[in-house]
Amino acid sequence: MGGLQKKKYESGSATNYISRNKARKKLSLSLADFRRLCILKGIYPHEPKHKKKVNKGSTAQRTFYLLKDIRFLLHEPVVGKFREYKIFVRKLRKAYGKAEWGSVERLKDNKPTYKLDHIVKERYPTFIDALRDVDDALSMCFLFSTFARTGKCHVQVIQLCRRLSVEWMNYIIASRSLKKVFLSIKGIYYQAEVLGQTITWLVPYQFAHDHPTDVDYRVMATFTEFYTTLLGFVNFRLYQTLNLIYPPKLDGKGETDLKADFEEDYAMDSESYLEKLSALSASLARVVSTAEEEEAEMDHFPAEGEDMEKMEARVKAQQEEDKHKKLFEGLKFFLNREVPRESLAFLLRCFGAQVSWDKSLCIGSTYDITDETITHHVVDRPSLDKQYINRYYIQPQWVYDCVNSKILLPVEDYFLGVTLPPHLSPFVEEKEGDYVPPERQKLLALQRGEKPVAEQDEEDEDEEEEEDEEEDDDDDDAEEEEEEEEEEEEEAEQEAKLKDMEQKRTQGKALSVKVTPGKATPDNRQRLEQEEKAEEKRLAIMMMKKKDKYLYDKIMFGKKRKVREANKMAAKRKALDEASKSDRRKKSKKQ
Amino acid sequence: MPESGPETQLNGAMSKVKSKKRNVEEDEEELFTRDSGHLDDSDEGNDDLSDSEESVFSGLEDSGSDDESDDDEEAEEIDSAEEEADINENGKSTSEAESSEPSTKTAGKPQTEDKTAKNRKLKKEKHEAEKDETEEKSLKSDRASGLNTSSQVDEYDQDTSDEEDIRNTVGNIPMEWYKDYPHIGYDLDGKKIFKPIRSKDELDEFLDKMDNPDYWRTVHDKMTGTDIRLSDEQVDLVHRLQQGKFGDVNFNEYEPAIDFFSNEVMIHPVTNRPEDKRSFIPSLIEKEKVGKLVHAIKMGWIKPRRPKDTTPQYYDLWAQEDPNAILGRHKMHIPAPKMRLPGHEESYNPPPEYLLTEEERLAWEQQDPEDRKLNFLPQKYPCLRAVPAFSRFIHERFERCLDLYLCPRQRKMRVNVNPEDLIPKLPKPKDLQPFPTTQSLVYRGHSSLVRCISVSPSGQWLISGSDDCTVRFWEVSTARCLKTVEVSGAVKSVAWSPNPAVCLVAVSYGETVVLINPGLGDKLICSATDQLISSYEEPEEAKEQAVQWAVAEGKDHDQGQRLILTHPKAVRQVSWHGKGDYLACVMPDDGSCVQVVIHQVSKRRTQNPFRKNKGMVQCVSFHPIRPYFFVATQRYVRIYNLIKQELTKKLMANCKWISSMAVHPGGDNVICGSYDCRLAWFDLDLSTKPYKVLRHHKKALRSVAYHKHYPLFASGSDDGSVVVCHGMVYNDLLQNPLIVPVKVLKGHTITHDLGVLDVAFHPTQPWVFSSGADGTVRLFT
Repeated sequence: MGGLQKKKYESGSATNYISRNKARKKLSLSLADFRRLCILKGIYPHEPKHKKKVNKGSTAQRTFYLLKDIRFLLHEPVVGKFREYKIFVRKLRKAYGKAEWGSVERLKDNKPTYKLDHIVKERYPTFIDALRDVDDALSMCFLFSTFARTGKCHVQVIQLCRRLSVEWMNYIIASRSLKKVFLSIKGIYYQAEVLGQTITWLVPYQFAHDHPTDVDYRVMATFTEFYTTLLGFVNFRLYQTLNLIYPPKLDGKGETDLKADFEEDYAMDSESYLEKLSALSASLARVVSTAEEEEAEMDHFPAEGEDMEKMEARVKAQQEEDKHKKLFEGLKFFLNREVPRESLAFLLRCFGAQVSWDKSLCIGSTYDITDETITHHVVDRPSLDKQYINRYYIQPQWVYDCVNSKILLPVEDYFLGVTLPPHLSPFVEEKEGDYVPPERQKLLALQRGEKPVAEQDEEDEDEEEEEDEEEDDDDDDAEEEEEEEEEEEEEAEQEAKLKDMEQKRTQGKALSVKVTPGKATPDNRQRLEQEEKAEEKRLAIMMMKKKDKYLYDKIMFGKKRKVREANKMAAKRKALDEASKSDRRKKSKKQ
Repeated sequence: MPESGPETQLNGAMSKVKSKKRNVEEDEEELFTRDSGHLDDSDEGNDDLSDSEESVFSGLEDSGSDDESDDDEEAEEIDSAEEEADINENGKSTSEAESSEPSTKTAGKPQTEDKTAKNRKLKKEKHEAEKDETEEKSLKSDRASGLNTSSQVDEYDQDTSDEEDIRNTVGNIPMEWYKDYPHIGYDLDGKKIFKPIRSKDELDEFLDKMDNPDYWRTVHDKMTGTDIRLSDEQVDLVHRLQQGKFGDVNFNEYEPAIDFFSNEVMIHPVTNRPEDKRSFIPSLIEKEKVGKLVHAIKMGWIKPRRPKDTTPQYYDLWAQEDPNAILGRHKMHIPAPKMRLPGHEESYNPPPEYLLTEEERLAWEQQDPEDRKLNFLPQKYPCLRAVPAFSRFIHERFERCLDLYLCPRQRKMRVNVNPEDLIPKLPKPKDLQPFPTTQSLVYRGHSSLVRCISVSPSGQWLISGSDDCTVRFWEVSTARCLKTVEVSGAVKSVAWSPNPAVCLVAVSYGETVVLINPGLGDKLICSATDQLISSYEEPEEAKEQAVQWAVAEGKDHDQGQRLILTHPKAVRQVSWHGKGDYLACVMPDDGSCVQVVIHQVSKRRTQNPFRKNKGMVQCVSFHPIRPYFFVATQRYVRIYNLIKQELTKKLMANCKWISSMAVHPGGDNVICGSYDCRLAWFDLDLSTKPYKVLRHHKKALRSVAYHKHYPLFASGSDDGSVVVCHGMVYNDLLQNPLIVPVKVLKGHTITHDLGVLDVAFHPTQPWVFSSGADGTVRLFT
């Protein structure tokens, strides 16, 4: 038994991790710089499996980084730039102090800058990797692009963010890859499928932000710094895939269309082009100007290990998708001034509609309100004075609901002044046992091609039935319990009978002995079988190990809670419906 | 203006000390002249010059002289600092205009000049007035300079401060070197200077201090050793120096500063020094440098400065995606989870059921922000136009940022367990039949809880003992009560003798155990039993016994009681040996040595097997085959070998308080029920620890029982249920017993928190009896 005694914490997981402070010291960076570096390089703390071991026996709260990550940071050229910048700041401060304006100028001219291109490449070795991570970048850029240029961050950053987000939207329009959209109280969620990646981003409503004081804008700015770089490269690549010119140019037709007389009044020269782009009303110029972009009909071949059925399903899905892309094809929309123009224009253009707005609202309106060929007029006010006969006046929610349901919904529910049907989230995927709001069920039925039931009462009945069914579909356990209860009840009944009999017997009184023809009790074999099975299960549960039992109880608890919540929702809905129905009745009676 | 003045004019020398008031200009001049190597005193003439010049242009304003008081002048003087620049300008212009004017303008004019200045409201005038004043002063100094010429001669003797006192020539040395000598140094002629005779001692010093009014201004001169009385001027000087002021009273340290080198282009140079030659010859070094730069620009190495393009440049970053770039890091990477997608409740117009009710909203508000299930309140707006901005938007994005770079990540494997898989696969109860499944008979009659039951070895009769002080005998198949025996206490335990050849029942109540011959069944056996008991003969030497044996007589005898054993303490349990001759009684009492006694019925003998008992004995049992004896205390079951009279095994039950115990008919397995809801199955061949602990019951177990033939055991509990389990024991030692719960029998109602108190199996059929606190005995078949 030779060999030296092993010392504690000198090998294994204790040496694989490094605490944040130590890492900072190793890199000899200030905390702010370290934070910046971590954000840019995408280094995040790791939670060790055995925290105490890593913490060398202490249980103090610490964040740990992988030592490899920190070593990897050591060779980062950006670190050198940070130091240069620090020195620059010091020099500048000195120059200011001495009021040497010449050197201030000189220093400012030679302000050290750094590029993050290599970091993007390093973090995302392939384009798909980058695309997968673009969600947060988009949300951040869209947020920053809505900031007022008042000094929360550099104006250039805001401009850049705006430019990138407009480019992105233009790409989505050009590729028609938007899939879902959701008007939430936080903002508008969009979901697109780009090169097979599902990308979701959130755009705030167009309001001025009241900037909170407890938010560190430096952190946000650092993130934005990286995200703009990433998004720029992603946009470039995406434009390339569609043969579009980058930076985006409006195609010749669009450019002439947009030449308005009052262009000069509208925006400065430097910004007018971006504004025109962000109007989203014209298509973009392509590298190879192919007017007929119609793709050749693709032949479908079954992929390996795929049988014909699957292939057919795939083809069908493909067709549906194509149909969805052309949802608004041929329709002509006009946006009234109170609707969110950018969102609607983006959405409508994504699905092939023509869209225009009042000339004074924004640059880029293509036709006037008086145009006779307008099919839909999107209005968000209770009534409109001057209405044209040959167009639908609809509320904006119609557009969003149509996109989500992938069909053109009946416009009746969305006329002016009509109480809107609830706007449902397209991101919810109902699993078995979840609560499905009745509107959603109706929508699903509509998608399947069933006719909506005309009469309200019938609908209600349907709903009720459905709800009943739902309740029946409760979890096994609930059933079991019920059964148990029933069983008990039965037993109790039997016992009561027996008791009666016994009492009668023991009392020894002259019983009115009467033979009545026995009724053949319906032998519910199925039920008996079920009961037997339930009992078997219960007995088996009794024999479970403690550990398993704990886990089992936990799972069952979760399931039951889910059922309970669903039931609660259903009950709430039922009560509300009944209340509204009675209200309606009262009103009708009064009338 | 003054700086451009020629230096050559030398006027009467004027000492610095004596000059009353000087201009800044004058001061500056002095500096310059010093540089140029002139003597201090010789330069003072400039003052006069400047003054005279000023007088020149001040004379310019002479025209409109009027009467004005001199007091105003002084007031104006204060403003002078502000007007410095103006002074310069004016001076310049005037000097240009009036250079030809004679320098010796009237000295007596100042007053009238001042008056003219007052009359005009322009700044110019003001400054002029100021100038006039200075002029006036300089005139005074002129006069003084004349007086000073004589003193100037003295100054040459001692013109540096070091040589102020040259009577002693030792120089600047520590004077204590001369401490031990009579002299203190040497005068100019090399003669010793003797110390003055110091007649003063401390007292004199003190008196001097008290008497001499000039004491405070008297100092001791170390160099000469004399006391010097300071003059008033000197004292004043000391005071001024102490206050940090200039020694000269008249020196104004806050003279207005005049920008000597200003941006104004003067017609005269600052210095009259001719330009160096080198300033006319182009520098070779510079030429070389410029040449280099020009060449570099020509070659395109250096680009002239141009506005930087701050917009980032994008290109196809992923033009070539080489798989080598994918490092090990990327495989280690744990991507951050995406943001959760919103549900229906986040909609601006959600279905009504997703809105929170008033109570829910209150509850939401009272919760901590971290505990909330939703981080927002669902809202409903009638139209899109009415939707406001989300106030926490930036917060949420910021939190996401924090999560991305600050939140420790860990890869966690989420195993999707199907709960059905967790349930152990057991043989179906259907395949393990027969076992009791339904309640078939209820034996009613007792008015209080039935504590104990026992079945006759033939299986035809059942005895039950109750708290209503009766023992009832039932016919099993009909639930008829055949006989009731009243005793004088709550019946704690009953046990039917397992010997089929005798018909005898042991009943314990209070401190008494009664052996009863119920007289049921075969008449022959009954009479044989009676005969057996009566055939007992007293032994010759009667031993002193702990228990009194008495034969029942009279009414008791008619009821069937045969022998009455009176114990010293209350008997809790009676238990027969398999042969039916020995009867063990338990008298639980902590720490007593007589807790268990064993009676031999045929010899009416009692023995106390243990000298000492550890803990409180709960129940005892005989091994069905071998001469072993099981004693269960609160936590342990001890197994004694009765022949060897030693402890064989001690079973650890892992429970708090054993309530009951049963021994498998094979003898190798024991089950223990405990008050903490557990049932422990011991395999004696395996270990002293439980082979299996079952927690079927929700409340304390009261009794357990094995079936004699079938692989069944049952347990009764306070929750009112009887659980029947299949407990198969294999002959093969390698195979562990198989325990499967097969049936939960319910029937007893819970009264006073007590459910089933005793269970017993039918000796031949797979039936189980249970007695409960509801006063009934039930048969499950």
